[in-house]
Amino acid sequence: MEKVRKLTSEKGVMIFSKSTCCLCYAVHMLFQELRIKPYVHEIDHDPDGKEIEKALSRMGCSGPLPAVFIGGELVGSTNEVMSLHLSGSLVQLLKPYQNLS
Amino acid sequence: MNSTSTQFVPSRRMGLCEPMPQVGMWNDYKENNCMHTSQPVILEVDSRFDNQSEDTSHGTVGPSNKYDQEENKPVDKVMRRLAQNREAARKCRLRKKAYVQQLENSKLRLMQLEQELERARHQGSYIGGGLDTGQLGYSGTTNPGIATFEMEYGHWVEEQNKKIADLRNALYSDIGDVELGIFVDGGMRHYFDLFAMKATAARADVFYLMSGTWKTSAEHFLSWIGGFRPSELLKVLMPHLEPLTEQRRLELSNLRQSCQQAEDALSQGLEKLHQILSETVADGQLGEGNYLPQISAAMEKLEAMVRFVGQADHLRQETLLQISRNLTTRQTARGLLALGEYFQRLRALSSLWASRPRGSA
Repeated sequence: MEKVRKLTSEKGVMIFSKSTCCLCYAVHMLFQELRIKPYVHEIDHDPDGKEIEKALSRMGCSGPLPAVFIGGELVGSTNEVMSLHLSGSLVQLLKPYQNLS
Repeated sequence: MNSTSTQFVPSRRMGLCEPMPQVGMWNDYKENNCMHTSQPVILEVDSRFDNQSEDTSHGTVGPSNKYDQEENKPVDKVMRRLAQNREAARKCRLRKKAYVQQLENSKLRLMQLEQELERARHQGSYIGGGLDTGQLGYSGTTNPGIATFEMEYGHWVEEQNKKIADLRNALYSDIGDVELGIFVDGGMRHYFDLFAMKATAARADVFYLMSGTWKTSAEHFLSWIGGFRPSELLKVLMPHLEPLTEQRRLELSNLRQSCQQAEDALSQGLEKLHQILSETVADGQLGEGNYLPQISAAMEKLEAMVRFVGQADHLRQETLLQISRNLTTRQTARGLLALGEYFQRLRALSSLWASRPRGSA
C-alpha cells in the first residue's frame, strides 16, 4: 500500500499503533527508554485504518499491532521486538536513529 | 502368615481386598501373598474344599479324575495347588494395579486440595469485602480450563523436582557434555511446557493466572505479571555461572539490562491498561443503574490482559534461550540447577510459612 510504503520509508523508526492498544504503548515506552523517538501512527485515528491493517498483514506482520518498522524494513510485532532486544540486536538497528531524540 | 478366609472380603471403601495396608506395608503384603507359591493363597470358596475328601470334583481346577484316585492323588493335589496359585497370583496383580491406581488418584486429589488450600489462604489477603468474591475464589472448581491447569501444574512441579534431582546427579557425575546436554534440553523444554500451559489457562481465565494463586505464597510475592521476573532471575543465576570470561560477563550483564528495560516497558503498558479499564468502567453517569455499554466496552480491554501475560512469558522464554546461547552446556546446566533449586526453596518457604504455629490472637 502506497501510504504505508511512503510512511515507512520517510520515518526512520515507526510504529503502527492503536491509541487504545496498551502493548503498542509498551513498545513505544521501550523505544523511549532506548532514547529513540519513534513516529507513532495511530491507525484508529486514520480513516484509511482498515486498509493499513490489511496492507500490514500482507507485508508479513503476522500478529496484531504494534507493527514496527526500522529504516523502512518491517521488524515485526511485540514478540520480534522483544527477542531482538534481548539478543542485543535491537540497539544495533536503532543506533543510526538514536541522536534524533 | 496372614489369616486366610477373612483376607479377601471386598472393601466397601476402596473396592479392594481388606485389610488394605498403608504404602509402607505394601511390600509386606506383597511378600506374604504374591510371592509364596508353595503356600496357596486361599479363597473362601477353596478353603472349604481343602477340608473335603478328594472324591469331590470342585470345578475350580483342571483335570481331576474321579476314577484313578489312588495313583493321581498326589498329582491331583499338586495340579490343584498350582492352579490356585496362578489364580491367586493373577488376582493379586489385579488388586495391586487397582491399589496403585487408587494411590495415584489420591495423590492427585491431595495436590488439588493443597492448591485449593493455598488459594483459600490467599483469599483472605486479596479479596476481603469484594462484592464478587465468588468469581476469583472458585474459578478453580467452576472453570474446567482452570481445573485442568491446576492439575497439570501439580504434575509439572512434581516432574520439575525429578528433573532437578536428575540434573544434579548428572552434573556431579562423570558424564560428557553431549549427555549433559540432553538433561539441559529437557530442563529448558520443561519451562517452555509451562509457558504453553499458562497460555491455554490464560484463555480460560486470565485473572486467575494473573492473580498468581496457583503459585505458592513466596513465589507469588516475588512474581511479576504471572511469573518470575527475568532480570531478577539473572541476578540469582550469575554467581553460579562462574567462572565467566569478561566477554561473557558483559553479555550477561547487557542481557540483564535489556530484560529490565523490557520489563519496565511491559509494566508501563499494564499500568496504562489499568487506567483505561478504570476509565472505561467509570465512563458515563455512575449511579444511573444502567451500565451495559460500559461493561461491554471493558470486556475488550480485558482481552488485552491475555496478550500481556503471553508477552511476559515470551520474555521469560527468550531470557532462558539467550542465557543458554551465551554459555557452555555445563554452565547452562549449573544455571538450570540453581534456578530449579531457587524455586524449590521458595516453595519450601511457603510451606513452612503456611504451617507455622499461629501466635496468640
